[in-house]
Amino acid sequence: MLAQRATQQSLRRLAAGQPAMISQFVMKRALAPAAVGAFVQTRPVATQKMTAESSYDILAAQRKNRPTSPHLSIYRPQIPWILSMTHRITGAILSGGFYIFGSAYLVAPLFGWHLDSATIAAAFASWPVLLKVATKFTLALPFTFHGFNGIRHLVWDMAKAFKNQTVIKSGWTVVGLAVSSALALAAFF
Amino acid sequence: MAALRTTSRLFAASRPVFRTQVRTMATVNAAQDPAAGPDAKTKTFHIYRWNPDQPSTKPHMQTYTLDLNKTGPMMLDALIRIKNEIDPTLTFRRSCREGICGSCAMNIDGVNTLACLCRIPTDTKQESKIYPLPHTYIVKDVVPDLTHFYQQYKSIKPYLQHSTPAPNGKEYLQSKEDRRKLDGLYECILCACCSTSCPSYWWNSEEYLGPAILLQSYRWLADSRDEKKEERKHALDNSMSMYRCHTILNCSRTCPKGLNPGLAIAEIKKEMAF
Repeated sequence: MLAQRATQQSLRRLAAGQPAMISQFVMKRALAPAAVGAFVQTRPVATQKMTAESSYDILAAQRKNRPTSPHLSIYRPQIPWILSMTHRITGAILSGGFYIFGSAYLVAPLFGWHLDSATIAAAFASWPVLLKVATKFTLALPFTFHGFNGIRHLVWDMAKAFKNQTVIKSGWTVVGLAVSSALALAAFF
Repeated sequence: MAALRTTSRLFAASRPVFRTQVRTMATVNAAQDPAAGPDAKTKTFHIYRWNPDQPSTKPHMQTYTLDLNKTGPMMLDALIRIKNEIDPTLTFRRSCREGICGSCAMNIDGVNTLACLCRIPTDTKQESKIYPLPHTYIVKDVVPDLTHFYQQYKSIKPYLQHSTPAPNGKEYLQSKEDRRKLDGLYECILCACCSTSCPSYWWNSEEYLGPAILLQSYRWLADSRDEKKEERKHALDNSMSMYRCHTILNCSRTCPKGLNPGLAIAEIKKEMAF
C-alpha cells in the first residue's frame, strides 16, 4: 500500500513537472481515477521573518475567525465558584438595596412618599404571617450569607484554609449557617 | 486514510459539486466503534468539533461510541482510539501520556484536567462530554490557542535574576529550608487548566495574569536566590495583574498536578500587604 502510494505520488509529481514525458496511456493507467497534473497536491513549506509585533497582527487576524470555547455553561457546578458567584450577587443586592432605599428615603419628602419606619412597620403588620416570614427570609438570606462568607474570605486573606477539602467543608458550613440563621431571623425577629 | 484525504481533496478541487458529499462522509454524526465485541461495554462520548477550513459552520458536538473493553483506561486512550479507528479528522494535542507535558489539557465532564490523567468513568450509562479549555480561542476541535498565555508567562521573567556574583564564584547555594519553599511551586507544567477554569481569567485574560502565571510569579518571589523581588512585586502592584483574583479557588480545585495556585496568590497578596 505504502510502496504503491509512493510510486503514485512520484508519478504525479513527474507529470506535473514535465507532462510531455509521460504518455496519455501511462496517465490513464497509473493515475486513474485520482487526477492529472494540474491537481497534484503539493504542500509548500515556507518560512517568513517577522517581528514580534507583526506576529501579533497575525494572531489578532486569526482570532477574528476563531470561535471562543464555551465556559460558564459547560463548567461543572462546584462549591468554590458557585459560592463566589453568590457572594458577589448577594453583595450587589445588599449594596444596591441600600443605595436604592437610601436615595428613595432622601427624596421621599419631595414626592410625598411615606418611607419612615413607623409607616413601613404598620403596613408590614397588616400582611399575612406566611408572607411576612417569607419576605423576612428573602431579605435576611443575602445578609447572612454575605456575612458568613465574608469571614471565610478574611481567613483566606491570611493565606489559611486553602486545602481543597477545607474549602469544600467551609463552603457547606457557610451555606448551612446562612440558611439557618436567616430562618431564625425570619421566625423570631 | 491519508490516501483517502488526498483523493477527496482532489475531488473537491476538480468538481465542486461533490464537495458537500465528500465532507459529509468525513463528518458522520454518530460514529460507532468498528471493533465493538459481542459483550461490548459501550460508552458514548460527545466531543466539541470546529474546523477552521469551514469557518461558517458553527462549533458543534459530535458523538462517538467506544467499546470500553477494547479501550485503555484513560480519556486520552479513548481519544487516540477514536482518531485511529473511527475519525482521523478529530484533532487534539497530546505528547507524553503521563501528565508531565501538559499538552492534553481539556475540559472533561465539566472540569479542566489532563486527558492522560483522567480515567474514563466506567459507568456506561453516563455519557462523557469533552470540550476544549474554557474561554479560549479555538484553533481546531479541542486545540486552544495559548499564545497569549505563554506571552504572559514570558512577561513575569521566569528566571533567576541577579546583580551580585555568586559568593563562591561558581553557583548560588540555597539552604534545605529555602529549597523546601519551592515545593508545590516548581512542579507546575503550565498546562493552563487552572487559568482557564478561573472565571476572573475568562473575563479579564488580556490583563489579568491568571493562576498559573501567578503561581510562577510566586515561585520566583519565594526563591531565596532571586535578587529582584521588589521589581517583581512592583510589576504586580496594579489593579489588573494580580488583584483580579477574587479567591474563587477553581484553580486549586482543578489542578491535575495537585498544586495550589490559590494559596500561592494569597501568599503574594500577603507579602505585598505587609
